[in-house]
Amino acid sequence: MSALTFTLKKIPQQRIDCAPLTPNMLAGKSAADIGAILLQSGNETLRADALFDISGDNVAEIVFANGCDKLDYIGAAMQSGRITIHGDAGWYLGFRKKGGDIVLRGNAGDFAASGMTGGLLHIHGNAGDFLAAAIPGDRKGMAGGLVIVTGNAGDRAGDQMRRGIVLIEGDAGDYCASRMIAGTIGVLGATGAYPGYGMKRGTLLLFKPPKLHATLQDCGMHTLPFLKLMAKSFRDLPGKFAHLDQTRARRYAGDLANDGKGEILVFSN
Amino acid sequence: MNINGVLIDDTFAEAFGMRGTRVLITAQNLKWAHIAAASMTGFATSVIACGVEAGIERELSPEETPDGRPGVAVLMFAMGSAVLMKQLETRMGQCVLTCPTAAAFSGIEGGDRINLGKNLRFFGDGFQTSKQFGGKRYWRVPVMDGEFLTEEKTGMVRAVGGGNFLILAESQPQALAAGEAAIAAMKKVPNVIMPFPGGIVRSGSKVGSKYKTLIASTNDAFCPTLKGLTKTALSPEIESVMEIVIDGLSDADVRKATHAGISAVCELGAANGVRRVSAGNYGGKLGQFHFHLREIMA
Repeated sequence: MSALTFTLKKIPQQRIDCAPLTPNMLAGKSAADIGAILLQSGNETLRADALFDISGDNVAEIVFANGCDKLDYIGAAMQSGRITIHGDAGWYLGFRKKGGDIVLRGNAGDFAASGMTGGLLHIHGNAGDFLAAAIPGDRKGMAGGLVIVTGNAGDRAGDQMRRGIVLIEGDAGDYCASRMIAGTIGVLGATGAYPGYGMKRGTLLLFKPPKLHATLQDCGMHTLPFLKLMAKSFRDLPGKFAHLDQTRARRYAGDLANDGKGEILVFSN
Repeated sequence: MNINGVLIDDTFAEAFGMRGTRVLITAQNLKWAHIAAASMTGFATSVIACGVEAGIERELSPEETPDGRPGVAVLMFAMGSAVLMKQLETRMGQCVLTCPTAAAFSGIEGGDRINLGKNLRFFGDGFQTSKQFGGKRYWRVPVMDGEFLTEEKTGMVRAVGGGNFLILAESQPQALAAGEAAIAAMKKVPNVIMPFPGGIVRSGSKVGSKYKTLIASTNDAFCPTLKGLTKTALSPEIESVMEIVIDGLSDADVRKATHAGISAVCELGAANGVRRVSAGNYGGKLGQFHFHLREIMA
């Protein structure tokens, strides 16, 4: 069996909702059934085979051969299997994903991993704003699973994130971990203004000195035993966080304007 | 059966179903891991009065522990799950939480999940935080030496307690030396502990007493100074008896430990004053597990 492959016939004019194209949604469907699936595109509904050339038959292994930033909701509510995207993905990549792996070999739009509760989202590129954040109207962002971004993330990464781990190997924009409820975010590069703004709980790991606001309080340098556990759990991950071995960090607690039980750990290089 | 001049009695040890758990205790160095574990397993020789029977199973290298520090594995056994859970929590709170640099982790994957540090977190008075890695939840409790780190749960399994054998020797020093040799050999067997002081009991008990308030009293049949007063089980040359009690995570583990212990005793042999090996039982009516000495040593 070969991977079920979707190849865009042309760059669409309107955004396309790709939520129906996940392993669990396609399980048990024939090639004809898959081709006949209706996808929302702007104010139209189009057959999948009108938008994509479709080949392969393994629905547990889905490939988007030439992704573009208009393909929204790829891997939404996905429960198992694997989706690989060559090229960019649009908004809401892995939206409310419960399990399985998504590998993006390009850049992701805004709200990637929003509401995600399990599995892996590996972005080999940059992520837009509101990575792992809650969409407007939701009270919680990402609530489980693992996100790895090899490039940079936009503003408000981890906004209202509830659980899980987000590892950003490049830079993060302004207000990283804003209103964070719990979970762990790591940023190897620089962060923009006011990381941890309104943070309630959770841990933000930083490797470059951040520009902090007044309601994050310096608690001093510490050797923290849990960092060994964390480093051990990262050891088999793809990417740079696998090499994390520091257990000593400066601890900033906050945001005191919002309960103050979160922490920003700044490692010295 | 006679091994190296040591008579193996045609009898059996009678053991009981228990509940058991394992906790991995780590610290800055092995010295402090041992201190925490010794404290946690103190006053835990017999369920008769201690609630649990507990002991150090073995030392752990940094590669074997979750946080990469040296540690020890502690096994704890009780007659029921409720008392085991209560004792575990109490001993964790008073002996591990309080011990400098110590941390505690689950030592049994699977089984029934019971609280290890779940309720200890409240010592943090609201400053405690939890982290989840690899599907496991850990608690970080701020304490004066830094942070107390503990896993939230550990596993509880069905286990076996009360496996035993008796070493009968010509003198007290010889009985003790044989007991020490047995314990040294048995400590190499995984999944078992010998909960009494140094692994050896000098005051084996029988069920009941002439005093109504006591549920157990001295095993007069094996007391050498009562040879002329009671229905003794001792021949004239026996001057001292030591007992080794074994708790294990399975009957196979207890069997292996019994074999290792008796083999070490017999290696000393009659030349070192060891004359007999026997075992304690209650006629086979109370315990589910019977460990026949000759069958084990065959």
